[in-house]
Amino acid sequence: MRVLLRSARPYGEEPVDVALENGVIAAMAAPGTLPAGDLDVDATGLVLLPGLVDLHTHLREPGREDAETIETGTRAAALGGFTAVHAMANTQPVADTAGVVEMVWRRGVEAGHCDVHPVGAVTVGLAGEHLAELGAMADSAARVRVFSDDGICVSDPVIMRRALEYVKAFDGVIAQHAQEPRLTQGAQMNEGALSGVLGLAGWPAVAEEAIIARDVLLAAHVGSRVHICHLSTAGSVDIVRYAKSRGIDVTAEVTPHHLILTEDLAGTYDPVYKVNPPLRTETDVMAVREGLADGTIDAVATDHAPHAHEDKDCEWAAGAFGMLGLETALSVVVDTMVSHGRLDWRGVADRMSERPARIGRLADQGRPIAVGEPASLVLVDPGASWTVDPGRLASRSRNTPFAGRALPARVVATFLRGRPTVLDGVIA
Amino acid sequence: MRHLLSTSDLTRDEALLILDTAAELGRVTDRAVKKLPTLRGRTVVNLFFEDSTRTRISFEAAAKRLSADVITFSAKGSSVSKGESLKDTALTLEAMGADAVVVRHHASGAPYRLAHSGWVGCSVVNAGDGTHEHPTQALLDAFTLREHLRELEGRRVVIVGDVLHSRVARSNVALLSTLGAQVTLVAPPTLLPVGVDTWPCAVSYDLDAALEGADAVMMLRVQNERMNAAYFPSTHEYSRRYGLDTRRAALLADGAIVLHPGPMNRGMEISADVADGPRSVIVEQVTNGVSVRMAVLYLVLGARAEDSAGEASAAEAVSA
Repeated sequence: MRVLLRSARPYGEEPVDVALENGVIAAMAAPGTLPAGDLDVDATGLVLLPGLVDLHTHLREPGREDAETIETGTRAAALGGFTAVHAMANTQPVADTAGVVEMVWRRGVEAGHCDVHPVGAVTVGLAGEHLAELGAMADSAARVRVFSDDGICVSDPVIMRRALEYVKAFDGVIAQHAQEPRLTQGAQMNEGALSGVLGLAGWPAVAEEAIIARDVLLAAHVGSRVHICHLSTAGSVDIVRYAKSRGIDVTAEVTPHHLILTEDLAGTYDPVYKVNPPLRTETDVMAVREGLADGTIDAVATDHAPHAHEDKDCEWAAGAFGMLGLETALSVVVDTMVSHGRLDWRGVADRMSERPARIGRLADQGRPIAVGEPASLVLVDPGASWTVDPGRLASRSRNTPFAGRALPARVVATFLRGRPTVLDGVIA
Repeated sequence: MRHLLSTSDLTRDEALLILDTAAELGRVTDRAVKKLPTLRGRTVVNLFFEDSTRTRISFEAAAKRLSADVITFSAKGSSVSKGESLKDTALTLEAMGADAVVVRHHASGAPYRLAHSGWVGCSVVNAGDGTHEHPTQALLDAFTLREHLRELEGRRVVIVGDVLHSRVARSNVALLSTLGAQVTLVAPPTLLPVGVDTWPCAVSYDLDAALEGADAVMMLRVQNERMNAAYFPSTHEYSRRYGLDTRRAALLADGAIVLHPGPMNRGMEISADVADGPRSVIVEQVTNGVSVRMAVLYLVLGARAEDSAGEASAAEAVSA
């Protein structure tokens, strides 16, 4: 099938016609100069970006198909403009063997809405004691390159050191969930004046920062690369900035919700705002925006975490940690970064597609918009505004913190290697 | 007043109304027949997800003295221990016609959630939630302080102990400062929450200095589980630095009183001779608890119903 995108603006720049054929960008030329395709898309006024790549997605399959499945989660991803997601390992069973990661990978191929790259667990059962068979997962059909015990910190420094060393053999990366476990026992929200008043056990910034500091030093020592998941504090940004200035091979991601929401929402005691790491202060929000703008933070990653209704419709302490993110991520980035001039569209492409693809070692994602490159692309209406209605999301779960909130920019169409996965804002 | 969730929600006038109403309703306790018809036909549910014999009994007595029907629902041996959620329990109780739910819960904010989630339409009274608040305890403490000190404006009240985990301390700091008292918290630094410097009170690590000339001291219970969690080196050291004994009690102003929300660890945060001594008002606190809870139930339920039928004061209710 030949697809013609009429008058699309690559990276928000000058409009061109873009032809997609045989999975690649076949031609780019001045508007009105290319022959019609089997499918013509009027992209006038729309911004064309490389398909978004999420480094941090919970698809919940296998094990919690009541909250999300690979089918529903990847539909949500495509609608959010993603052409690849990394499926976190904390499933039931845990993705700590070649068998489980191949199953997840295969179900992703069958669903066909976007590429699904399983993340392998670092340790068996996420228990933090014995390294999982990282090499077998790397060599499997799923070709795992990102390993994480996400949800649980690899807190044992020796295990972390060995994992960082071991994955060098196949160019893997350890994605650390930085949370010192002893400092966060029973923690419910960011530790500060508000947690004291609300009587919710505090989650100090130092519990995140201490692990990041340790792990960048370990990565430097063993000459490996480390990726920091969902960094959330001003101090964490400083540490990563310092490490990068020293030439340490560290990358970091921030979630959309940490770019926009603050701890004040815990005052509602509504667990829809309960997330790990917790929502932080206004100072932290401004620092992560700054870090994302200057490139200290490499990527926006959703930490899309679907939860069944009953796990959020309860008292705060009983609520599960996590928020939906795939379908709102781009809009939140536009709201917090593009609208305020912190990032232009090339910056968005860099932080939401190119760099995450490089961190995950995905050869055919996050590529330039140029003739001969893979036709995995997204068309965005930058001027649109929409109101988040949890009931209309594609995810099987409803735990979005943005219910009723008006957000800018809307995904109009997504293409995966030339094939539309989303057209006119609905699954193609 | 629809709900009572936190003392920080109360204005000075609202707090004084509760305390004045408690004084009026408390008069019934002196009568041979300790009962008022005010809440006849209304149903009060005591929903206790946490064991608390004294608070539960106090609320029961308060509701019964106002002639309400009382249903008590304790977590142990109930559907709650079988894994029923707060929401389903609340829906069940509402379906049984509860007009007010008095809730004690181990999770901070559970009463707030009950009142604001749309699960139920009845009034919610917080009987202690996690490490957040215990508003009726603070009200009965303020009631007791007023009885002995009359005006709270400018009075110096020292609160000593595990502030970090204490819902009593949080509710008292908010309420007493609203009522004009000068509150000083004294605790080892490990048992003070981050951000306590933003609270409307002073903070000290020196108990002797804080007690000098104070009008009242409130000793908080140190929970057993804190004793082994590295918050302080030993119970002996805690007792020496932060316990109230006769020497320390003598530092207080003339006429000063000693409070404790109970249950006490005698010999730990308070010595037996102080607990039983002339300054101690610990038993009065229990009596006053019933009056204050009557006032709270009356104001969230009775006053609401009577508003439409015309103003009926607590004084009229007592004389009726």
